[in-house]
Amino acid sequence: MQKLPSIWITAIRNGLLAGTVSLLICLFGMVMQFEQRYIISGVVTMGQILYMAPVFFLGYMLARRLNLAPLKALAVGAVTGFFSGIILAAFIGLGQLLNLRSVLVQASPELYALLTFNLDLIPGVLAMLGFLALIGALGAALFLVPPHIRGALIGALIWTVMAGLLRDLISTVMQTWGPVAPLISWMFARSGLTLIGAAFVFLLSGALGFVHLKLPVWVVRVVWLLIALVVLLLPRILGVFLSDVLDTVGLFILMGLGLNIVVGFAGLLDLGYVAFFAIGAYTMGVLTSPELHGTLTYWEALPIALLVCVLSGFVLGLPVLKMRGDYLAIVTLGFGEIVRLLVLSDWLEPWLGGTQGIQHIAYPVIGNIQFGSQQMLYYVIIAFILVAIFIASRLKDSHLGRTWMALREDEDVAKAMGINHVTTKLLAFATGAFFAGLGGTLFAAKLSSAYPQSFQFLVSINVLSLIIIGGMGSIPGVVVGGLALVGLPELLREFAEYRYLVYGAVLVAMMLAKPEGLIPEARRELELHEAEVEAVTEPEPEAQAGGGS
Amino acid sequence: MAVLESRKVTKRFGGLLALSNIDLAVKEQSIHSVIGPNGAGKTTFFNCVTGFYIPEEGEILLEGRNITGLSPDRVTRLGIARTYQNIRLFKNMTAVENILVGMHPHLKSGLIGAILRDRRTMKEEADAVVEARRLLRFCRLQGKGDLLAKNLPYGDQRRLEVARALASKPKLLLLDEPTAGMNPSETQDMTNFIHQLRDELGITILLIEHQMRVVMGISEIITVLDFGEKIAEGTPAEIQSNTRVIEAYLGRGAASGLGQRKAAATA
Repeated sequence: MQKLPSIWITAIRNGLLAGTVSLLICLFGMVMQFEQRYIISGVVTMGQILYMAPVFFLGYMLARRLNLAPLKALAVGAVTGFFSGIILAAFIGLGQLLNLRSVLVQASPELYALLTFNLDLIPGVLAMLGFLALIGALGAALFLVPPHIRGALIGALIWTVMAGLLRDLISTVMQTWGPVAPLISWMFARSGLTLIGAAFVFLLSGALGFVHLKLPVWVVRVVWLLIALVVLLLPRILGVFLSDVLDTVGLFILMGLGLNIVVGFAGLLDLGYVAFFAIGAYTMGVLTSPELHGTLTYWEALPIALLVCVLSGFVLGLPVLKMRGDYLAIVTLGFGEIVRLLVLSDWLEPWLGGTQGIQHIAYPVIGNIQFGSQQMLYYVIIAFILVAIFIASRLKDSHLGRTWMALREDEDVAKAMGINHVTTKLLAFATGAFFAGLGGTLFAAKLSSAYPQSFQFLVSINVLSLIIIGGMGSIPGVVVGGLALVGLPELLREFAEYRYLVYGAVLVAMMLAKPEGLIPEARRELELHEAEVEAVTEPEPEAQAGGGS
Repeated sequence: MAVLESRKVTKRFGGLLALSNIDLAVKEQSIHSVIGPNGAGKTTFFNCVTGFYIPEEGEILLEGRNITGLSPDRVTRLGIARTYQNIRLFKNMTAVENILVGMHPHLKSGLIGAILRDRRTMKEEADAVVEARRLLRFCRLQGKGDLLAKNLPYGDQRRLEVARALASKPKLLLLDEPTAGMNPSETQDMTNFIHQLRDELGITILLIEHQMRVVMGISEIITVLDFGEKIAEGTPAEIQSNTRVIEAYLGRGAASGLGQRKAAATA
């Protein structure tokens, strides 16, 4: 009985936390920005989803953490939601008394009206409190359904929101294919999904998520074949602008596959990964751009560029051999900046173009086929990604992969096993540099130019984030992480302003809810959830006894 | 001939003299123990032998070859393997994987082999797995090969660490407190296991041990260290009656008292 009050205090505390996050989301202007963007036409906007999301999320997390009997979990969720509402209510109340707008630009009457459902002050606030309590309870309820249904439900929710957000993209794609074109008016409103469309997407994705495990092999094969076909046809369907997005996503996936070897397999935290990307792009530039008297073609310059990247991988690797963890991260970060500053410098301007960069860089040509346009270059990128996936997965299941893992686990013991940490680490750095360099040459070919601004520190962070989101060490995770973290923000232009805010929030949320990533590597999942499995199975009798008394 | 010989090995940490002029010779196929109170320098000595520390003075010879100052991986390749006082397995790797990592000195495939998966690489890998399973069986870990090392029971983890060390086919095996934290029956198992290693595999064993019952039962030669100095060496019987050893363990004055009580017990 002693534990009883603490549950409610935890719920209140989490509620206040969720409310604060919601409030911040409102004050950053995200809610108002997306107020017109309907997910389900006339029912719910993206803005509303954004301020509800923290409440829902914390309701879910709290239920998961406390592991209570159903009714109690619902009540805890409701309390969480209610108290998050208290924060928003206090804010609205304050807004009535003072003019907050002089300090907080976004604290507008429109925001208050949105939060209170356009009702009068008192009924509006009460409605909001009740509504948020309901959202919190729903979050908790999500934890109570059996795990396999829960996965399907979460998937269905996410897909429905995505379908609403990506309405323009999806309807463009559907228009190109006759048989499904009539569905557009039925599924989509002028903004977001129709109610029927939403139900359709929700049920379809939910059902797919639910039966996912039971598909026979041939169906899976057919589905993969279809996916491959779609991947090959994508540039034709999507047109030039979206092909450009695809190319960017592809380049990031390529880099992600390389960094995944360095960070995911060998455990060497490299924050200066963009350096190799830059070196690849610039070597290609120097060798092929007529401006700098380069005369080679793309294919002639490629091996040289890759060799330069691998060698620079060694150059970075050598001084950092004895460093671990955070020290390594700082040094590699410095390396990334040095490379960027070198290509920017006046000193090297005659050779590297300085701030002007390099123009007229060659693109790949095979026979009569020119891979210069975004739509054509896409195929080269896909081909290189396939090669990278092949190499990465082979390495992972090899003795070298095991050696990297041993080095990641315990460097001293690995040495005592006869492992030469110098060559092993350098191999990881060099392989990583190879893939980044490959990406760099394609990046240069895509823009037919290379500028120092393209190789900011943030690129390294983006690549690292997509690995973390996808799942450290997991190869499919890199692909999914790339699509989610690079592709989505390009498609959701309104988010551009909040891009790194959302990045940060997503990373924090992922670390709390699913630290192993979206598509975890089997082993990593085992590491992180073993303790949890034991924890869930053990205290159950206790929780029941607590509920009964 | 001695498998391992240490000549006047001295190791300092700043002003602290951790090892001072240690002379030690480990005979082929013997079980040799190093004992001594806490802080006597036993593990420091192990670290000097395996290349983790470089002694300031003196030299270490493996089968007559000077290995002083070689890096740990070179020392391992030359035939010295070790285990740790606090178990240091690759916790998030399976038991078989741990052993396969231990086989590293004998696996030749590299980056290119891993990517191409040529016949030689595949055969080497397949043979290695067979050998790893055989080692598992030898260390009585059969059926546990695919469990993560951290999920094995304590005694199994100790034996897995030995199996991993054996995987490098060492001439000399250093065991750092192999029975630490074990109950009497587990300790007995481990003692038998160490005998088996020597008798069946012909490996020379140098071990650090705290439990006197184990030390006296298992060792052929015992070397006693105290404050970085070698204070005695001999057979278990000799060490048991050595006054300097008793002093080191129990303090000056206890030696004479203990001698008397022992005389009374035998009488």
